[in-house]
Amino acid sequence: MLKRRLSLIAALALSCLLVSVAQAADTVRLATTTSTYNSGLLDYLLPKFEADHPYQIQVIPVGTGKALRLGRDGDVDLVLTHAPAAEKAFVDAGYGVEPHGVMYNDFVIVGPTDDPAGIAGGNDATQAFATLAEDEALFVSRGDDSGTDKKEKILWEQAGVTPDFDGFRAAGQGMGEVLRMASELQGYTLTDRGTWLAMQDKLDLEIMVEGDTQLFNPYQVILVNPERYDGLDTEGARALAEWLISDEGQSLIDGFRLNGKVLFHASAGEDVDPESVANQE
Amino acid sequence: MNELMVTTGEALRLLVSFDPALWEIIGVSFRVSLTAILVSLPPSLLLALLLARVSFPGRWLAISVVNTLMAVPTVVVGLVLFMLLSRSGPLGELRLLFTQRAMIIGQILLAMPILTAMLHSTFQSLDQRAWETARLLGASWFQALWMLIREARFGVIAALLAAFGRIIAEVGSAVMIGGNIEHFTRTITTAIALETLKGEFAQGLALGLVLLLLALLLNVLLGVMRGRGQQTVSV
Repeated sequence: MLKRRLSLIAALALSCLLVSVAQAADTVRLATTTSTYNSGLLDYLLPKFEADHPYQIQVIPVGTGKALRLGRDGDVDLVLTHAPAAEKAFVDAGYGVEPHGVMYNDFVIVGPTDDPAGIAGGNDATQAFATLAEDEALFVSRGDDSGTDKKEKILWEQAGVTPDFDGFRAAGQGMGEVLRMASELQGYTLTDRGTWLAMQDKLDLEIMVEGDTQLFNPYQVILVNPERYDGLDTEGARALAEWLISDEGQSLIDGFRLNGKVLFHASAGEDVDPESVANQE
Repeated sequence: MNELMVTTGEALRLLVSFDPALWEIIGVSFRVSLTAILVSLPPSLLLALLLARVSFPGRWLAISVVNTLMAVPTVVVGLVLFMLLSRSGPLGELRLLFTQRAMIIGQILLAMPILTAMLHSTFQSLDQRAWETARLLGASWFQALWMLIREARFGVIAALLAAFGRIIAEVGSAVMIGGNIEHFTRTITTAIALETLKGEFAQGLALGLVLLLLALLLNVLLGVMRGRGQQTVSV
């Protein structure tokens, strides 16, 4: 009796193992930023890809820094990130191949309704940052080496400011946490529009500055270099990357709405604005 | 494997070179957790004595509640405190959220159940007659209490170490109500979580080593003290 039960358990365990191995064969692992994941874009796009292709995509939502590190270490098959300078270094070092621009969205500067630093309504991000530093306003920074954090550092640099003024708080957390923190402390922060739209209702904050080309935020998809590691699913990764920049993928991206608003603008094949890329380096 | 060796080497270098950023984080961790444990001790002692020595209706229920509270996940403590201290919460006016004080409150809530439960079983295991003997020999109520604590000192130290171990190693409530703000509320554990997120494994590992060394040190200390305690008993 016991023996029979044991063999049943063994058989079950074995079949579980076989099933998981069979699944692993078609699994493509994508490391991406929290902004594409939390906004719901990937939940909207990926089922449509999976319906027509024999691959299952596992999404690992992390900051851009960690995403590129996962790619460098061969823990994922491809990355979808938004930090042009870091991505360029990633490709130049041979960690990644076949980079393609996919889409862009933009950043906005948000802050408390009473706007103690008086930056509301402007459209010059650099000027706004200089004012915040001059006023020693409370500013919650991501401080986590993510794409948004890198963008923020560039803006401080352009404003000619070292971000160590009295109100500066480096939180080292995700966009959602930082927005909540800015709302609780009634401070300013820089956020991607997607996370802002998704969380706006729960926050006691308003958009202060938007529409500056400086706040442009391009996303690239990059395959992890298959020559560096065995066992990567490069076929699947390439299929996903090509689908994202295909007419079908691009029109789906343009059709995505969050709270009725356009979030991402498809931009495959467009030249990334050289001036903005230069700024990010 | 090579990567792991390189990272460990870099971590050790950061530690022994007294990297200021690293040691600042260690300082915050210790300040918060030591304060929390010192504040937790007196009420826990009294509560444990009450539960061990005074019989009142519902005592067994109170003991069960204390034991249950030991198992509360740290993120639950974090969430409840967050809701209380948030601008929209009942204690929002205090503006405590994302400060070291808020973290200390969270750690007190985590430390007290462990301290109380462990002290309770220590006091329970003491000879029932010790208290009465002391009182009969003319000790004041306070002197008798002090005698009891001295009798139970190894149990008290063990309880302190266990509680300290829990609160300095917890990350759930620290990150939720502290906010992991650099120079203010960034502790060893929240920094490890952040460095891992950034892909900066060396600094994370260095901080992990600090926690591990600390645990080793505390346990060796406890072992040494216990050894001495047994010797005096056998003599």
